[in-house]
Amino acid sequence: MAVVELEKIVKDYGTTRAIQGVDLRIENGEFCVFVGPSGCGKSTLLRMIAGLEEITNGELRLDGQRVNEQRASQRGLAMVFQTYALYPHMTVRQNLAFGLENIKTPKDEIKARVDGAAKMLQIESYLDRKPKQLSGGQRQRVAIGRAVVREPRVFLFDEPLSNLDAELRVTMRGEISSLHRRLGNTMIYVTHDQVEAMTMADKIVVLRAGVIEQVGTPLELYNRPVNQFVAGFIGSPRMNFVDVTVDAVDGEVVTVKDANGHAYRAAVDGSGLAKGDAAQLGIRPDHLDIGGADGHEVTVNAIEQLGGDSYLYCERPDGTKLTAHIAGQTPIKRGDKARAVFRPELSHLFRKDTGLAQKRLKIGEAV
Amino acid sequence: MFAPIAEAAGWIYRAVFNLLEWPMLAIQRLTGPQRIAWVFLLPNLVIFGAFTFLPIILSFFYATTGSDNILLADRPYVGFQNFSVLLNCENYLDPNSCQRDLFWRAIHNTGWFVVLQVGFMILFSLITALVLNQNIPFRGFFRSVFFYPVLLSPVVVALIWKWVLQRFGVLNAALEGSGLPTVNWLLEADWAFFWIIFVSIWAHMGFYVLILLAGLQSIPSDVYEAAEMDGASKWRTFSRITLPLLMPTMAVVVVLSLIRAVQAFDEIFVLTGGGPGSATLLVLQFIYETGFAVQPRIYGIAAAASILMAVVLLVLTLLQLRVTRNQAEGGST
Amino acid sequence: MSLGFLTRTRGRGRFDITDWLTWIYLFTAIFLMFGPVLWVVLSSFKTEAALQEYPPTLLPLAPITVSVEGYEEPLQLFRVIAGEHEGKVLAQVRRIGLMSQMVDPANPAEKLQVNINDRVPEREFALALENYTALFDRFNFGLYFWNSAFITVVATIITVLFNSMAAFALSKYQFRGRTIVFVLIIATLMIPPTINLIPIYLVVAELGLVNSPWGVIWPAVATPTGVFLLRQYMLTIPDDLLDAARMDHASEWKVYWRIVLPLSAPALAVLVIFSVMWRWNEFLWPLIVLSRSENFTLQLALNSFQGELQTAWSNLLAMTILTLLPITLVFAVLQKYVTTGIASSGVK
Repeated sequence: MAVVELEKIVKDYGTTRAIQGVDLRIENGEFCVFVGPSGCGKSTLLRMIAGLEEITNGELRLDGQRVNEQRASQRGLAMVFQTYALYPHMTVRQNLAFGLENIKTPKDEIKARVDGAAKMLQIESYLDRKPKQLSGGQRQRVAIGRAVVREPRVFLFDEPLSNLDAELRVTMRGEISSLHRRLGNTMIYVTHDQVEAMTMADKIVVLRAGVIEQVGTPLELYNRPVNQFVAGFIGSPRMNFVDVTVDAVDGEVVTVKDANGHAYRAAVDGSGLAKGDAAQLGIRPDHLDIGGADGHEVTVNAIEQLGGDSYLYCERPDGTKLTAHIAGQTPIKRGDKARAVFRPELSHLFRKDTGLAQKRLKIGEAV
Repeated sequence: MFAPIAEAAGWIYRAVFNLLEWPMLAIQRLTGPQRIAWVFLLPNLVIFGAFTFLPIILSFFYATTGSDNILLADRPYVGFQNFSVLLNCENYLDPNSCQRDLFWRAIHNTGWFVVLQVGFMILFSLITALVLNQNIPFRGFFRSVFFYPVLLSPVVVALIWKWVLQRFGVLNAALEGSGLPTVNWLLEADWAFFWIIFVSIWAHMGFYVLILLAGLQSIPSDVYEAAEMDGASKWRTFSRITLPLLMPTMAVVVVLSLIRAVQAFDEIFVLTGGGPGSATLLVLQFIYETGFAVQPRIYGIAAAASILMAVVLLVLTLLQLRVTRNQAEGGST
Repeated sequence: MSLGFLTRTRGRGRFDITDWLTWIYLFTAIFLMFGPVLWVVLSSFKTEAALQEYPPTLLPLAPITVSVEGYEEPLQLFRVIAGEHEGKVLAQVRRIGLMSQMVDPANPAEKLQVNINDRVPEREFALALENYTALFDRFNFGLYFWNSAFITVVATIITVLFNSMAAFALSKYQFRGRTIVFVLIIATLMIPPTINLIPIYLVVAELGLVNSPWGVIWPAVATPTGVFLLRQYMLTIPDDLLDAARMDHASEWKVYWRIVLPLSAPALAVLVIFSVMWRWNEFLWPLIVLSRSENFTLQLALNSFQGELQTAWSNLLAMTILTLLPITLVFAVLQKYVTTGIASSGVK
């Protein structure tokens, strides 16, 4: 069992408060991803769990037991560093064995575990090489192997794929996911890349400025972002936002108008809204219907055709920029005028003052 | 306040330039823009030739000739006699059994000195570097504390300690005040030897602390974090991570200090003069006295001893070059 | 806030054993490293008589004298520690055998007798500046300082000049024989001048430079480390700069003097610092070359004074302090460059 609980965790650096009070529970066997923009505190949080940073206030529990005062070496955790942090003077084999030697594991068991991990990660052929003779991807595997060998309670990953090239990143993502399926350990993974978060996580924790904005499964965050920040952070390309004012609230639909008086309808709960309230209408690029005869007028400023997908960068007459993502290829050309449909069941509405989302009553894509 | 000085310096600089431009331009026309390199090289080469290269050759002539005359023309050839005199010993471990017992006493003293001084100095330098590598406040100040004696001239260093170690000096006063026995430090053979080692370490360790500190700081900190996550105790982190990664720098420090220790002279000469008797006589002082102090001068012996010393130093310096290259390539990723 | 700064520890917020050991070590170091120097500074301000005292006092103290009504000369003050007049501070008129004739300065008419063992001199903090001034009057300090300064400054200028020219040639030109010259210079790294003493002396003697500062200056200006250091730095100066200058009709001399040399300033600074330090502190070679005391450098003068039968420690200590002051000042001002210069060159 490896349950990680954070209760009112606070981190201060002098007079600066980096983590504002975080409550979180990570279940046994979960793949939990901490995601957020630079400086949001995700790495700090991970390092506090690891024991590499002091916890200013609050309680950290592993399997129900408070571990704030325990040194990192005693917590039974393993970490994969962004810079790999391999021991440069040791061979790969020695790198893998070091942690086990420290706890006086018998030699034959060390060999068994090292060979096992090497096989799992396909690094057997360079067990006797030194880190500087390996490529980035190979080093990353060794770093993961070092963690696997120790059979820790929880695996911690600190932006492990940031230093790899794009193609390698995709491969490694898959390998880490399959590692998780295979081993079943609780894994906490930090990244700034929301694609990694969406593809790998059982549960995503979105952080901003030391505060948890939302915790949920990838689809929960995609379909029901709790505020505008999460809505804009999750999903690529970024959600489109239009400045609107509330026009009418009617049971299942809220009608809003933009600056030019054009009306949009969103299938959201209207509680708390009154006519005239400022709001932001959100719709994902994947959900904008472009090319038909109905909808709001847009001018297409630029088009990116990738063959299987097309991205249209458009502009409303009042200057609002919209991005649309459609499958396949399109005959629409640069400079064309087109029409964009904002389907109510695909639209989000956020209050301008708090950024909070209005509850969606009908979600067009959800299963 | 410094502005007028800087201005004057700049004026002088430009003036020298202008002064030498014409002759240099003329030379350039002679040699061409490539071969003028030789002109730039010339002053250095002349000095080097006259004061290093030529003397090396001459020293062989000195070593193989006798008499107390300094002019080579007047010195009779004696072959390897000087060497055989120097190396003539019944028992190499007992200086008294040697023909030139003073030389062998110096060899023994230097041997012990080198081993003890380098050994302890490296130890203390390492400890100090480890201490200073921590996140202590005023680190820069403490670095200067250790480094300061390196700046002082050997004569100053020796006089400072001579004053402390006087028969009626402050050390003895403190000991007496605490009820401990006093010693006439510099006039007791074993203690004098201790003190030349101590003072030598005191005066030079700061330099090596700096080098070791730089070596320690070149170890990336995430390696330490990984070791912590790998459950390593402080001792294991030190012995299996820090020390191995520091090895290349340590090797440089050891060889550099060996080279310096073998040639130790200045502060010891002023502190003890080689005494009491010849208890703290080291090889370089032997050479100096044989060649420049005793009457009559024995240039041949001194030159022969110099050559023997040179062989040792050559080996050490080759080691140094090898070890420095290792450090530049090896070590961290 | 500052307290937290001082108690910054290794970790965990607690002051563990490593931290205790660290601070004990550091404070012992301050005591051992600065202590002896400070002791010499304090001692240098004591009178010769005070220096003979054992055990020595911490601070330089001198007897206090007061002028007392009715007496021409100032009288020395004593504190009476036993006997009839215990506790009083009296002035001594004269001493006859074991008895001291004293008066109370407030009441000078009455003469009192005090046993000499019952009194101790009253003393106050006083700096015996005459130790220092005597250096200039009687001990020719100015002359030795000039000799040292002359050698240091001239040698440094010549060293910088020659070494930079050689480094320039070796880094910015391709010419036949370049490798050989380079190897030769590196080879001399292996041969410290200390083993060549006799033949170098012969060369110096043949050139008529014995007993002259030039005999000290010339032999060591072609330092291989200097050439090496500067060459390494000059290699990092882009050749394009030089070619651009040449296309602008700059002579090679101009390229050297007006472009490469100014750009090499950081490395030159390191060389200057090393050269100044080394030349000011040099001992063995000047000892050999300079035989007449009027040519002595400060280091030689210091050494010869302590050899005399009656070592006047008061003056010797003062001279020691004056000798170490210049380099201390240079260090205090240029500290950053010295430590970084050494760290990088040592690693090289």
